[in-house]
Amino acid sequence: MKRSKLLVAATGLLSMLAAPAQAATVRWLHIEQNPDVAAFYADVARRFEAANPGTTVEMQYLENESFKKKLTTLLQSPERPNIVYSWAGGVLREQVKAGVIEDITAPVNNGWRERFNPAALNLYTINDRVYGVPMLTSQVGFFYSKDLFAKAGVDGSTIKTWADLLAAVKKLQATGITPIIAGGADKWPLHFYWSHLAIRIGGKPAFDAALRGEGKGFASETFVRAGEMFKELADLKPFQPGYLAATYPQSAGQFGDGKGAMMLMLNGVLNTMKANAADKVGIPDEKMGWFAFPSVPGGKGAPDDTLGGMNGWLVTKGSPKEAAEFLKFFTDAQNQRLAAERGYYIPVVNGATEAVKRPLLRMMAENVGRSKYHQLFYDQMLGPSVGAVVNDVSADLAAGRVSPADAANKVQQAWQQAN
Amino acid sequence: MPSPAATLSRRALVLAGWWRRLEDPGPPIGGRAALVLLFLPPALLLFTLFVALPMAEAGWYSLFRWNGYGSPSEFVGLRNFRLLLDNADFRTALVNNLLIIGVSLLVQLPLALGLAVLLADRLRGTNGFRLIFFMPYVLAEIAAGLIWRFVYDGDYGLLAKVWASFGAAPPQVLADPDWAMSAILVVIVWKYFGFHMILYIAGLQQIDRTLYEAARIDGATAWQTFSRVTLPLLGSTIRLSVFFAILGSFQLFDLIMPLTKGGPSNSTQTMVTYLYNFGVTRMQIGFGSAVGVVLFVICVSFAFGYKRVLMRHD
Repeated sequence: MKRSKLLVAATGLLSMLAAPAQAATVRWLHIEQNPDVAAFYADVARRFEAANPGTTVEMQYLENESFKKKLTTLLQSPERPNIVYSWAGGVLREQVKAGVIEDITAPVNNGWRERFNPAALNLYTINDRVYGVPMLTSQVGFFYSKDLFAKAGVDGSTIKTWADLLAAVKKLQATGITPIIAGGADKWPLHFYWSHLAIRIGGKPAFDAALRGEGKGFASETFVRAGEMFKELADLKPFQPGYLAATYPQSAGQFGDGKGAMMLMLNGVLNTMKANAADKVGIPDEKMGWFAFPSVPGGKGAPDDTLGGMNGWLVTKGSPKEAAEFLKFFTDAQNQRLAAERGYYIPVVNGATEAVKRPLLRMMAENVGRSKYHQLFYDQMLGPSVGAVVNDVSADLAAGRVSPADAANKVQQAWQQAN
Repeated sequence: MPSPAATLSRRALVLAGWWRRLEDPGPPIGGRAALVLLFLPPALLLFTLFVALPMAEAGWYSLFRWNGYGSPSEFVGLRNFRLLLDNADFRTALVNNLLIIGVSLLVQLPLALGLAVLLADRLRGTNGFRLIFFMPYVLAEIAAGLIWRFVYDGDYGLLAKVWASFGAAPPQVLADPDWAMSAILVVIVWKYFGFHMILYIAGLQQIDRTLYEAARIDGATAWQTFSRVTLPLLGSTIRLSVFFAILGSFQLFDLIMPLTKGGPSNSTQTMVTYLYNFGVTRMQIGFGSAVGVVLFVICVSFAFGYKRVLMRHD
């Protein structure tokens, strides 16, 4: 124990001494759990090193939840990684305000900007300065097991409205199938219900008005109604037993194991499910169905408005210029096409998105491409403190421990306190 | 930066050298003062750096609204404390802490004492039992939490298997806001009773055997022996064990995180998990510091009050 500590200290010292002698080291912190995707990252890194002798790309991994929690401290440490994962939104705004993120406007303007869809890059632009580059987009929707749906006689392609969904839930229950799997312990998987309902009910205008603090803000009719409709679903007890103690990776595994018929999640679940299913396969693509979040009667949101992410990478303050150079290499259309062809995610680099062949991903890529209103995840968009309250009340709504009106009020209170 | 352990051990070696030189020929009085001068600063420095300073800092931060980046600038006075006392989840956390103390005192300590009395005598096999009962305490909290998460798992866990063998639907204890805290209390008792048992065994072995002999000759019953001889003579150990149990209960954190993270619906938060979930993860460091200050005040007033009132003769 003691000896290993000494050894660590010694190597730490050695590497500090050795660092200036050779060229730059880029520390790259990612959160990818799927070994295939991580191997793809590593492959890109090795090729970058080969093309830039003397530069080392050091990959570091943290699990999603730990990453979010450690990041604030990490970013202020002198040992901070040079490249970190980001969901853009309110968290990015706070990081930029704190001055821990490097302004990469200059390299981006130097023949890099053209690669991205302007709307995507815009999410990483604050006050006309670029602080990061997007890598992937995603869409939240209902994944379902075609086998279990067939067993219950439910046709997923006909679920268009909230009433259809409730009817499908009842039908599945009547056949003895758990209708929905959710990772309630992590809470954010449940906030998709509340926020997507709000998007369907009030559309973009309602969210923008709440952000501007108009009227009752997040305590307004749209968000109360979203809670009420979520409660209609929750009252049917559609989730798997013990869902409030299941983490997201665990629940993705349960879904893959056929413990329940559907799961409301972003497309990344295909990777997470595979990694966590008992047989490491889960539901194969040909048995996996998908339908968009149902519309609600009289809703102001368009049925093809989308909720999802625009995840990417940030360069941290004081990083060597090689960090941005590596990102430029990484977001090269050729590299991103590899990820697209292998169906790892939906890249946002021009010329790569089209290469997505995996039909499920392709469909979602087209949905996001068509969407006139792509809303970032509320919990990221609203910033860490308000986002956590959104997640809290969503889990409480699912568990029936808060009324829809109180839930909306709590979010509004948090928003007022934070802004 | 070299690891603190390495620095410390090096410093200890250097000091040991000085010590030898000082001890041999030096005059006794000057040597003493020099020793104090030599030995006090490292400890004082470490204590100031890692204990006193962070506490003072937390007190300072608690008066700000601060997300942890840069240095705090938005002074809000006592607003964080007001928000805290208004917060229903914090009150739940406080009640949970009191619940843990209650169960520790009323279930865990009597259990530990009972087992200690059974195992204090040097009979065949007692060592084996002591080892078994002490084992949970040796386990890291996170490991213990994970083990119990598996035990409680409603699909694959031991509990589910037992229920299923009776043909009943397995309970999802950790997912049920009404049951999760009870499930955690079971784990707490399981985890820490061994520690208190060992304390009591040590205490029991200090008691003069002849007293028991005398009691037996006087015809005392087993209960009389226990209540008139054992308990009074074990008093100082029991007071110490109660002290540890209460202070440990206030600080409980790492057992809860792997089990429930404070959920479902914040029903199993303790003050420290509350601090972490509402302060650190939400980037409300000012607010979190306010929780820390409240926790600190509670612990310090308890520790000093208890020592002064109940342990003053120990």
